[in-house]
Amino acid sequence: MKPRHKRFAIIVGGLAALGIAATLVLNAFQSNLVFFFTPTQVSKGEAPKDRTFRIGGLVKEGSLQRTDITARFVVTDTAKEIPVSYTGILPDIFSEGKGVVAQGSLGADGQFTATEVLAKHDENYMPPEAKAAVDQAHEASKTLKQ
Amino acid sequence: MSQRLVNWFKFASPATFYPLAGKAWPWFAALGTAFAAVGLWISFFVAPTDFQQGEGYRIIFIHVPASWMSMFIYCVMALWAAIGITFNTRLSGMMSSALAPTGALFAFISLWTGALWGKPMWGAWWVWDARLTSELILLFLYLGYIALTAAIDDPRRADKAGAIVSLVGVVNVPIIYFSVKWWNTLHQGASVSMTKAPTMATTMLWGMLIMALAFWMYSIAIALYRVRAIILERERHATWVAELPEMQA
Repeated sequence: MKPRHKRFAIIVGGLAALGIAATLVLNAFQSNLVFFFTPTQVSKGEAPKDRTFRIGGLVKEGSLQRTDITARFVVTDTAKEIPVSYTGILPDIFSEGKGVVAQGSLGADGQFTATEVLAKHDENYMPPEAKAAVDQAHEASKTLKQ
Repeated sequence: MSQRLVNWFKFASPATFYPLAGKAWPWFAALGTAFAAVGLWISFFVAPTDFQQGEGYRIIFIHVPASWMSMFIYCVMALWAAIGITFNTRLSGMMSSALAPTGALFAFISLWTGALWGKPMWGAWWVWDARLTSELILLFLYLGYIALTAAIDDPRRADKAGAIVSLVGVVNVPIIYFSVKWWNTLHQGASVSMTKAPTMATTMLWGMLIMALAFWMYSIAIALYRVRAIILERERHATWVAELPEMQA
């Protein structure tokens, strides 16, 4: 083995060992790396009970009610739902059917009281006309199915 | 060994690379300027408004290419580090040092533009989610590399220490890239990736890709420009430097 082959082998071996170490560490911290819990995870009891945590999902269509500056809405991941109440200013792109992340705590009655609400944007970028076309196509396919 | 390998290594010598870099960098700078002009024009005047975010989405024309560059430059630094340790070439360390400030700049731009977008869209300047945190670690890795190599007086030893930092830190790059897939993050998933069709309007995509090209050209140009300065500084006692036409004056 020439010295340079040896050095190269050390680099490859070192990187492989680091990669494995990083994978193991990240796996161990899996639950701490999650930014939010989905309603399904909450219903399974995976969310922490003694401290505040974040829930994330979609704002259920037609569930948003505002009284003064208190907003009530339902967060859904299409399988499970959690009702949320929040007093404060909602972000600009917060709307029904869109992603949301709320921080707060879950009451015994299953009501989530949020202290902070963040809007989660998705990866879709398109002009309003394209959005209208997509919605139309969506509606059309719905009617066809029925 | 074969003739091919000898030719390949010819430019590993600072004396031959210095004039090559001098010839090449103005071309990359010119290309970068041209791409940036076209890219910015598309970004601000041609690309349509987003259906949900309004005009605020236009930050992606800077944010996404800057984030890509910040990750890619780190990979290139790690590659130079591996070459430098394996073949003991002096130029590798100089290339790494030349790239680090540009990488740090792009990591900073990525975090800064992200914060400016996050406040109106998410409702927060900063959140500790996996994507944002790992990108912040990348910025610290760049700063750590720069500080470490600057702290060691002997350039060859500085290069070795820096090479180890770049190789160890490179595990962070896939973590940044896949963080939005592996964990629940506030940051959205990738709109553009190798594995699926892009989820954005074509004009927006073109603007972003052309801006990415502009950033590539800028990075190459500035790295070549900077490596020339590093070569001159380190080789100032060499005969070939004294014989350079620009040293005669």
